[in-house]
Amino acid sequence: MPQDGSSAASDPLRPADHIDSAPVDDSITQPKLGLIGWLRWGWRQLTSMRVALILLLFLAIAAIPGSVFPQRSADPNGVVKYKADNPDLFPVLDKLRLFDVYSSPWFSAIYLLLFISLIGCIIPRIKHHAKALRALPPRTPARLARLEDHRSVTREATDAASAIDVAEKQLKALGYRVARYDRGRVWSVSAERGYWRETGNLVFHIALVGILITVGVGGGYAYTGQKVIVEGQTFVNVLIDYNSINQGRFVSDGAFEPYAMTLNRFDVTYQGFGKPGAGQAGNFKAHLSVREPDGTTTKGAVEVNHPLSIGGDKIYLLGNGYAPTITVRNKAGEKVFSQPVEFLPQDANMTSLGVVKISDGMPEQLGLIGFFYPTAVKLDSGAFTSAHGGLNIPLLTLDVYEGDLGIDSGKPVSVYQLDTNGMTKLNGRGTDVKSIQLQPGETADLPDGLGTVTFDNEAPQGAKDFSQSVKRYVSLQINHDDSAIWVLGFALLALAGLGLALFVPRRRMWVKATASDDGAVHLEYAGLARGEDPTLAAAVDDLVRGHERLLDAAASRHPVKGA
Amino acid sequence: MPDLDSISILTLWTAIAIYAGAFIAYAFDLARRSSTVKAEERMLVMSDGTVAPAPVDGAPALDDKGEPVKQRFVMARIGTSLMVLGWLFHLTADITRGLAAGRVPWANLYEFAMTGTLLIVLVFLVTLTRIDLRYLGTFISGLVVVLLGAAASNFYVIVTPLVDPLKSAWLVIHVFVASLAVGILALAFALSVMQLLQSRRERRIAEGVENAGPAFLRTLPNTVRLENLAYRFAVVGFIFWTFTLIAGSIWAQDAWGRYWGFDVKETWTFIIWVLYAGYIHARATRGWRGTPSAWLNITGFASVLFNFTVVNVFFKGLHSYSGLS
Repeated sequence: MPQDGSSAASDPLRPADHIDSAPVDDSITQPKLGLIGWLRWGWRQLTSMRVALILLLFLAIAAIPGSVFPQRSADPNGVVKYKADNPDLFPVLDKLRLFDVYSSPWFSAIYLLLFISLIGCIIPRIKHHAKALRALPPRTPARLARLEDHRSVTREATDAASAIDVAEKQLKALGYRVARYDRGRVWSVSAERGYWRETGNLVFHIALVGILITVGVGGGYAYTGQKVIVEGQTFVNVLIDYNSINQGRFVSDGAFEPYAMTLNRFDVTYQGFGKPGAGQAGNFKAHLSVREPDGTTTKGAVEVNHPLSIGGDKIYLLGNGYAPTITVRNKAGEKVFSQPVEFLPQDANMTSLGVVKISDGMPEQLGLIGFFYPTAVKLDSGAFTSAHGGLNIPLLTLDVYEGDLGIDSGKPVSVYQLDTNGMTKLNGRGTDVKSIQLQPGETADLPDGLGTVTFDNEAPQGAKDFSQSVKRYVSLQINHDDSAIWVLGFALLALAGLGLALFVPRRRMWVKATASDDGAVHLEYAGLARGEDPTLAAAVDDLVRGHERLLDAAASRHPVKGA
Repeated sequence: MPDLDSISILTLWTAIAIYAGAFIAYAFDLARRSSTVKAEERMLVMSDGTVAPAPVDGAPALDDKGEPVKQRFVMARIGTSLMVLGWLFHLTADITRGLAAGRVPWANLYEFAMTGTLLIVLVFLVTLTRIDLRYLGTFISGLVVVLLGAAASNFYVIVTPLVDPLKSAWLVIHVFVASLAVGILALAFALSVMQLLQSRRERRIAEGVENAGPAFLRTLPNTVRLENLAYRFAVVGFIFWTFTLIAGSIWAQDAWGRYWGFDVKETWTFIIWVLYAGYIHARATRGWRGTPSAWLNITGFASVLFNFTVVNVFFKGLHSYSGLS
């Protein structure tokens, strides 16, 4: 039994290089290590504090490039732009996985090693702590005075054994686990508290492992899809109706709940002219009708910060824009195209860019690139721009391309982009023919007598202004992730464990009474911190004072014989 | 009657001026500590009039808790009084800004800076009621003057309505706790800097070097005490930071449809969390306690400042709420 009050049985088990572990003498010449020996050595290294610390620092450093370079997961457009801006550098950086840092082998290696180190460290600690929770506080050290926090009092006319009885009760009431060690004329009680410190520490680390596992496994059962819906249109929750989707590897194609959503209306308000933040859009709200698989229909709304729950899915509002309804007729006057076209916003005032592709009904395939300005104003350069996001002076400009749309080659092509290679520009900049300019309700001739194009006015009959002339669309995200709540649970568990591990003091206390021949009792009190414990000295003082009060009270009730 | 935002600006600049005064007073305090220390080399007069023997070998005169014996630092008192006064103006500026905006005053970079520094000073002043940390006064007042001055002159934006993603109860909780964490970690950082200075001085004394370093250090607690204090602040800050991370994830789940996406700001919050986790480990690792762990603490706070300034202003990401265009 060491004399300083430490105890292998009840002290938390820690890596050998923990500051509270007994120093190991490295100077001993070790015998040559065999394979098993080396493996043991490697394992001991991996589970040491030092290696865990270095891995933590590596993890912090390895995370930095992900904030410097655009990431495919968070900012795919940024990656495309980076590639266009740095065509030479891009392939090299991409090889190094700098655009997918958090799924790269080197980043994964660091956190996996860290977690192996962590698990290797906590499993023996859990076993040890389970035993320590049942162990008795260690034997009272022979020389308490050697401890830093030591007080001693000599009390006349007191019974040593009952003084320790009182201390035992007092410590028990304070939440200490106690054990008596009486020997000859020396009575003592040994007490320990703060087991929650190690429990909290272990809970924290186990919860971190829990987060990693639930994120890893839960991702396999989750899916996230995007869908663009124009006012009046309906989305059915089946795989083919999504614009894009990320399916976890365990999500089957038929796993989707077949509900349907119709976008009835999309609301947005603008800060008025002359006010601070003029033109700023806000209060986005998508009004939806939801038809559940059982046929019941309910109304719901999606706002930013307020997703809509349908079944196990959550619907988020990601974006919005204008979808001007465009009708194209050929020379014979037959409709070859007529539908709302989603235009992608390019700036805060909703200057938007859109593409119309007509594959059939014309002599050659036709592509239209259009700009839409909800509040069109002409710049000095002659170009248009939008001065406000609302529909005040809507204007659509169209450039027409004739030729091969490239959609028959089998290669996937974005509906929002027109590949003008292999096409001839018929009007607009660089040609002799002016761009087509349309306000809602207007029709213009296509160049070369190809037919006509109409910008349909969607406003109801008798509308006084343009405010309802163009349909809006919303971009919705449909999420399914049952593991999120588990991740949150583990995160909160980690927080609770951390609080216990950092703020519950683990400490030992001893009260020892030595009787002398003249009837006086020499009382000693000592405390020993096991880990950070800034209030130990005050706790020992409190113990001394409390004990004195209790002894005084006891003495006034039962005066010791002969006193 | 001027409008509320004008009152806010006026009181804010008043607060900056008063903090600058506090900085000067604290600086004089440190200078004076240096000179009184020299005068007291021979004899140390205790506050109760008794005369104590001079400390040996330039060690600070410590009481039994490792604290320097109580001395009267007049300039420090003036500094603290000015800090309190400045803080009251600062608080007025913050509240009037909030009233002018009709919401919590921490929704753009200017307001974060205003509220964040308010909390740094608050944490400092509250701590002073329990522990004498006035030797950090120059650091805290200097930091606040620089941050507030920069924010008021470069980051100021007029009150505009909140953008939709910020309309959430989490704005109140998440951002406030993050700012509070920064306030606490700032003190931990300052204590670690002092610890490094003190440790250098103690080493030089041990080596018998004639000029061991700034003389005011003799009136400061010893290295171990400074380190323990820094650690205690850092762990409280770390808990708040962990909470910030979790609250931010819950908010992100509602606002962006995922609780974690390695957005630039999320990444840096994570990096900072890992750095402080490393610091807490380092302090418990043999061979890392003392100077190496202090450096980790300093690196952690440097990252906090980086996250607060550079990431907010120059990095593109979802947390682009600086209000600067």
